[in-house]
Amino acid sequence: MDLTLNESEAAFRDEVRAWLEENHPGPEPHGDEAAFAFRREWQRKMHEGGWAGIHWPKDFGGRGATLIEQAIFSSEMARADAPSPANILGLVMGGPVIMAHGTDEQKERWLEPILSAEEIWCQGFSEPESGSDLASLKTRAVKADGGWKVTGQKVWTTFAHESKWCMLVARTNTEAEKHKGLTYFICDMEQDAVEVRPLVQITGESEFNEVFFEEAFIPDENLVGGEGNGWMVAITTLMNERAGLGGGAAVAVSRDLGALIEVVKEKGLEDDPEIRTRIADLLIGAEALRLGGMRAMTAQMKTGIPGPEGSIGKWEWASLNQSLTELACDLLGPEGLERGTPWTYRMLRSRANSIEGGTTEVMKNIIAERVLGLPRLR
Amino acid sequence: MRFDFDDEQAEIKETAKQFLASRFKPEVVRELAEGDRYDDALWSEVSELGWPGIAIAEEHGGQGLGMVELAVLCEELGFACAPLPFLANAAAGILVEGAGSDAQKERYLPGIASGAGRGAIGDGSVVLDAEGAEVVVVLGDGGASVLPAGEASLESLDLIDQTRRYSRLASGDGDGLEGDVAAARDKVMVAVAAELVGIGQRAMDMAVEYAKEREQFGRPIGAYQGVSHACAKMLYDVEEARSLTYAAAWAADAEPESLPLAAAMAKARASEAAWDVCKSSIQVHGGIGFTWEHDLHFLLKRARADAQLFGTAGRQKERVAALSGLG
Repeated sequence: MDLTLNESEAAFRDEVRAWLEENHPGPEPHGDEAAFAFRREWQRKMHEGGWAGIHWPKDFGGRGATLIEQAIFSSEMARADAPSPANILGLVMGGPVIMAHGTDEQKERWLEPILSAEEIWCQGFSEPESGSDLASLKTRAVKADGGWKVTGQKVWTTFAHESKWCMLVARTNTEAEKHKGLTYFICDMEQDAVEVRPLVQITGESEFNEVFFEEAFIPDENLVGGEGNGWMVAITTLMNERAGLGGGAAVAVSRDLGALIEVVKEKGLEDDPEIRTRIADLLIGAEALRLGGMRAMTAQMKTGIPGPEGSIGKWEWASLNQSLTELACDLLGPEGLERGTPWTYRMLRSRANSIEGGTTEVMKNIIAERVLGLPRLR
Repeated sequence: MRFDFDDEQAEIKETAKQFLASRFKPEVVRELAEGDRYDDALWSEVSELGWPGIAIAEEHGGQGLGMVELAVLCEELGFACAPLPFLANAAAGILVEGAGSDAQKERYLPGIASGAGRGAIGDGSVVLDAEGAEVVVVLGDGGASVLPAGEASLESLDLIDQTRRYSRLASGDGDGLEGDVAAARDKVMVAVAAELVGIGQRAMDMAVEYAKEREQFGRPIGAYQGVSHACAKMLYDVEEARSLTYAAAWAADAEPESLPLAAAMAKARASEAAWDVCKSSIQVHGGIGFTWEHDLHFLLKRARADAQLFGTAGRQKERVAALSGLG
């Protein structure tokens, strides 16, 4: 057991830290469009420094970093409060799926523009009637000359309005069992048959959209992993999403906790026993999240795949982030109700944490069924 | 960076689990607890395995291993809910070795390490396992003292946890332990936290097993989310407590400067986790879990006692706040 970084890991951390100090782009501008352009530019810079594809193999233009190095990198990004790269879904999900299931031509065509943020990716999985029950999705892909025609509706499609490509799961066989009739496509968003309508969130901003496909065309060469294998390919993507979310989460929570403690002091509430207890609970939870991540990573280094235990981390993170931002707004008084302030924004945004990337209820189901071995309800 | 046991630690854990499962079958735990007694033969057997001295230096007759190894044993003893005077003896050893003078160490440690001259530990209100001990360590505000058990006047207490012996120190003045009592006390909290992790794990395993077997409305109750999500929360609680406890044990050996915060976090979280898991496990079991006949109450009561020993969760949270910039 050794919870410290060894010499080469510490050297790697120092390298990341130094690069971030030199290249940090400063605070993000206000407004959805300006912020997105800013993140796009930031990713370009990260790519030039060789950091955008930190977890990608070297053969595909990445850095080929070890799991520990990836964790160090995410931690340093969070520590420096650096913005996310614009093409996060391409980096975390799209690229890894193409690398795992794509043909050589697909790799050649798609990977580099993901890294450079030249082409933004979005994920077309959820539908109005298929949220947690993803396999019930209804968007249809029908064989056409040289490709497929897709009709249906996707929802919660983050960055669809900025995207060139959509990772789209559609039903290609209505006769087969629901998990088996699905196929994974990469759909070009720049066509008239695709319509993107932004959804306004409770924060007032628009990160995600509804997307309507009306006989949108997808050429045969954009099918990934073989007809009927969409469920299996999609599952790889989701596991990557959860692993990707884990990295810097603990550090981001700790950073925000540090800011919260400053708020407590500014308000002169550091002697209030109730507040001390709530802060202590958050500190303990944040440390448990950090340590649990280290244990999961150690296990993953042994087995090679992220285990279902990652579901605990997702659940912990969501619950911590929500409690933390609620406490901050409690402490701020009327200021904690004011529109557009950083803490009220975070408090409202955190409501999505227990929904996005798998709801807390789905996390509990995964733990119950796959870790504890309890019987399935279905 | 590597957060798991090395091969030797993993082997200690596995061996301890198997040994305790064979010696402390539920009916044995029940018989001893209901009789408010220990089985001396079992303590001798444990002593022959070298457990009492696992973390005591070889020069004092111990095995010279660390807090991680001690925590591993405590976890398994908690899992087995073993009626043994192990925890108090180990805690007394930690205090004497960590804060005692050379003379105190020479006098008491060999007996503690061999198990032949057991140690007990407590504070002004409750002393754990003083009956049959050679030496009692008494924790006070900021300090600690040590006295031969023969010089202490003790009154037995009838506490809900019948898997161990408790008493009250009516009178008796000891010699002060002049060294770093605070660090030793933190290590003791880690040992208790480890026991709590084991108790929580056992109560969770029992709930999960029951939820798979028990059928209502034509299905195992574990298929209903009201039950399965309660079980998922048990894993969440136990794993958080486990991560914090193992990390604190590691810190005790490898990074002493981070021990105070790590130990406070571990004791706070493990105290709440074990209690929450035990009570949730009773809920999952329904009526049968509330009967004396079922074994769950031994775990619940021991969790309650451990949660109070050496500082409740609330006390530890106060320390966490104080150590984290709130003064």
